[in-house]
Amino acid sequence: MSRAAAGAAAAACLAGAVVLHAAQERWPAPDIDRPELLYVRSPAVMARAVLDYDAVAADLYWIRALQHFGAERLAPPDHVRTYALLYPLLDLTTTLDPYFSIAYRFGAIYLGEAYPGGPGRPDLAVALLQKGLAAQPSKWQYMMDLGFVQYWHLRDYKSAAAAFQRASEMPAAPSWLRPLAAVTLAEGGHRAASRALWQQLSEAEEPWLRDSAKLRLAQLDAMDTIGALAERVEAFRTRAQPGEAVTWERLVAAGLLRGIPLDSSGTPFVLDSPSGAVTVARESKLFPLPGQITAPR
Amino acid sequence: MSAIGAVAVAVFRESVRDRVFYNLVLFGVLLVGASILIGQLTAGQDVKIIKDLGLAATSLFGLFIAIFVGISLVSKEVDRRSAYPLFAKPIRRAEFVVGKYAGLLLTLLANLAVMTIALYAVLFFLSRGVPPQVQATWDAPALDPALLKAMALIYVNLAVVTAVAVFFSTYSSPMLSAVFTIGVYLAGQFSADLKRFDLVVASPAAAAIAKACYYVLPDFATFDVKLAVVHGAPISSGYMASTIAYAAMYVAALLFGAVMIFSRRDFK
Repeated sequence: MSRAAAGAAAAACLAGAVVLHAAQERWPAPDIDRPELLYVRSPAVMARAVLDYDAVAADLYWIRALQHFGAERLAPPDHVRTYALLYPLLDLTTTLDPYFSIAYRFGAIYLGEAYPGGPGRPDLAVALLQKGLAAQPSKWQYMMDLGFVQYWHLRDYKSAAAAFQRASEMPAAPSWLRPLAAVTLAEGGHRAASRALWQQLSEAEEPWLRDSAKLRLAQLDAMDTIGALAERVEAFRTRAQPGEAVTWERLVAAGLLRGIPLDSSGTPFVLDSPSGAVTVARESKLFPLPGQITAPR
Repeated sequence: MSAIGAVAVAVFRESVRDRVFYNLVLFGVLLVGASILIGQLTAGQDVKIIKDLGLAATSLFGLFIAIFVGISLVSKEVDRRSAYPLFAKPIRRAEFVVGKYAGLLLTLLANLAVMTIALYAVLFFLSRGVPPQVQATWDAPALDPALLKAMALIYVNLAVVTAVAVFFSTYSSPMLSAVFTIGVYLAGQFSADLKRFDLVVASPAAAAIAKACYYVLPDFATFDVKLAVVHGAPISSGYMASTIAYAAMYVAALLFGAVMIFSRRDFK
């Protein structure tokens, strides 16, 4: 066989393979919702196995952590979200590269986040941040994040205020941390303190952190709106006949509202007729509000 | 030109002929491809990851060259008997061994220099247009001169690996030399564990042997400052000087050993 003929045959076979591959898309393989695997879970073993390529291995685990989180969060509704690998992947990342700040901070924000937005494990977020503080004891950002987890997820306002205070005393800490500690102690659980906290995080350089903070600020706005709506609902219920259904339409007809109230994502608020409770809808981007947590997995 | 220089230049030319530098193309493609893709995957960590990837690839490619070219440097010449006519000329065996080693170091230096320039070029393009307030949050600037310290210690690391490969190459086959060199390299990565062996074994004799191995085997972990440099941690001049001096002593010991073995070999 001549060289030209061999080359032409190779090109033809390759073209055939490409055409067949493209044709396969018409008959997709069955979509099986199988759990992701993590073959090596021990950070100590992995740190040895990668020799002195620990930094690049940490990067790979970091990318995998992001992909795992994104895949779980954006999975179809019938998928059971577990975020089971989020902590092990971040643990591996931060063992291989103990100075990988963004991995600690990502864990602080999302490990504690309630289902379905996250695994709802603030204890793991605290563990990760304490590991970060052991590696870099003067990193005020980790201490601030620790305070944030204690404030937002664990609702331990005293510990949160202490963490903010310690963060404010660390080198290069910003001046707004000290008043934040005072506000947290004085108004623990109040929305003003939460808003101040998220307002600071909404000015972070990392886009994902800004987006998360903006969502939280929108949730706090929604909680304010829910408070105002609850007063109107209560006013309607005091005037209504016993057994009369309480609906948005009736409140509008009674002149208590100008229209069906929508949250900032454009989804109508939900009004539970028997109890008169107002909340955001499950379809809303703001769901779940703090305290409005669905049954986990 | 001295005999050592002539042998070194010959080794360098041979490595060019053997297409050793093709790895630079692969390095360039890897780095440019990664810089395009990584921005989409890493939540703003692209500069850090390109630095990690560039340093790791430089080290890994250099390691492959140091081991797989180094193990055949001397043994190939002996097996082919091409070294025999050389020994009839006014060149000592010591000059032959040292020249071979210097030639491979020259090849590695050229390789490393091109990789360093490529890494800085990719980092320059990656950091172009990034607002100063975002750059201020990075652990170290994109075009951090400290990267050169990491590159320098990668080179020193490769110089020791090459010396190990040349040492084994003077008396064993390429296959065995590869096994021994990789074995020494791996053992040298875990030397810190050997030092603390007394914490996991009850036998004082085993702990003493492990501690002796710790001091005798090359401590390759000491040359690894990649992580520190990428995070902007300072690498003192004292650390650089003592590490380079340690490597120089180790290389000298291996080359003296290699020369001693090679000088006693009978090629009749």
